[in-house]
Amino acid sequence: MNIFSIIEDIEKVDPEVYNRLDSRRSAFKNLGSLSKKAALAAIPLALGSVFQKAYGQSSGTVVEVLNFALKLEYLERNFYTQALAANGLITDGAARTAIQKIQEHEAEHVTLLRTTIQSLNGTPISEPTFNFGKNFPNWNTDYQTFLTLAQAFEDTGVRAYKGQAANLISNDTVLTAALQIHSVEARHAAHIRRMRNNAGWIVGDGDNSNVPAGAQPVYAGEGNVAQGTINDIKTLGSGYSAAIATGAFDEPLTKEQVAAIVSLFE
Amino acid sequence: MEKLQDKSAEKDTSLKSSLAVPIQRRMFMRYAGATAAATTLLFATASCDDDDDDMLPTDPAAVDLGSGDTGILNYAYALEQLEAAFYTEVVAKSLGVFNQSEQQIMQDLKGHESIHRDFLKAALGSAAIPNLEVDFSSINFNDKNSILTTARTFEDLGVAAYNGAGRLLENAGFLTLAGKIVSVEARHAAVIRDLISNGTFSDSANDQGLDPAMMPADVLAAASAFIVTEISANNLPK
Repeated sequence: MNIFSIIEDIEKVDPEVYNRLDSRRSAFKNLGSLSKKAALAAIPLALGSVFQKAYGQSSGTVVEVLNFALKLEYLERNFYTQALAANGLITDGAARTAIQKIQEHEAEHVTLLRTTIQSLNGTPISEPTFNFGKNFPNWNTDYQTFLTLAQAFEDTGVRAYKGQAANLISNDTVLTAALQIHSVEARHAAHIRRMRNNAGWIVGDGDNSNVPAGAQPVYAGEGNVAQGTINDIKTLGSGYSAAIATGAFDEPLTKEQVAAIVSLFE
Repeated sequence: MEKLQDKSAEKDTSLKSSLAVPIQRRMFMRYAGATAAATTLLFATASCDDDDDDMLPTDPAAVDLGSGDTGILNYAYALEQLEAAFYTEVVAKSLGVFNQSEQQIMQDLKGHESIHRDFLKAALGSAAIPNLEVDFSSINFNDKNSILTTARTFEDLGVAAYNGAGRLLENAGFLTLAGKIVSVEARHAAVIRDLISNGTFSDSANDQGLDPAMMPADVLAAASAFIVTEISANNLPK
């Protein structure tokens, strides 16, 4: 069976088939790593699922992920917008410039996510009402509390996007954009962390992150030293400290873990 | 040609046994039978059978990164080798130009990039490319500015490389692993940028708030000034 000729036949009646499939290569993403013979036998079945994805509800999960990300971006934008407006909270020149820059990026992320969701025929969620004072009543009067929350939001954002990357694997364009946002969130996180005199990276389960006990869910699991099939990356090469091994890899959070963190501010 | 294909098939097999299988199992459970964890290592090989014209000739002296996910992991391994070699040199030669907190940063960066390198090497197993020969003759290791601007180049390039390579990976487990590394590279980039000029941590982003994403050919061209070993990316996914 020549799968490419099938797709090329479809192209004659649907010139956009490659766009729908994203690329030739992506058409094969959903074919399993069965033995070659088994895989060839499975092609008709797998093809069905490829085209179901291309022509069916392929964007369902992708839109859900994007709306999940949108909620976080709304939260961040709202947080920084309110903080910048709070009288006397952020006075220092360099700090204010940095927070303004971050706020602008979060606003751009909101716009981009909304546009992307709409382009996939989805509906962007509307902005929820956030209550940053629910558990942190002095968040907009005490600068250090504000910075602590900013660090928690940025580090959560990095972990949240990371946790969803695999759910975007079917859509190369959206995946790439999500990665491009993800690394900007990490840059924000590093800067905010250093504004608080922390290292730019996360060691252990947030051991070096100077957050109150209630914020520990933000760093749960960051102390992981098992990567891929390596049970303990500290043992690689000539050996590494736990600080290096955990600082070198950021860990994902699940949707549920992120939702639990966000609920502290709803 | 045939030899090349055999070589990449062999790499893919060893990679599968060393890394892909357990991840597939884990992802399989996460997706409860969905096919997100599928790798196309098999099809990367199978499609070569039908599509010989896609295989570009490679200089026999060049180090071939390979094809499929193996190729992308080798590509990452090449970049991590470069970064690790650079910070190893900085820590060996240049700590004197930095203050105490900056010295700690350089030590951490050396450690992070070295463990990234060693992890990718271990993950690739027998499919790993050899050690690359680097050329840092353009860098003045007695000059803080020369070191920091080179570090910024490497870190921003690393971020853009991982951002661009995500879509080229077929295996969801590898994608998540790349994600675990790229955000740390972005943290490095932000810190180095702030050391050069405080507040420039995210000036890499465009007016949509997006960091760059670069394709392997462009990344390798940018890195080539620092790498003596000739690298062939001809068989990487596109």
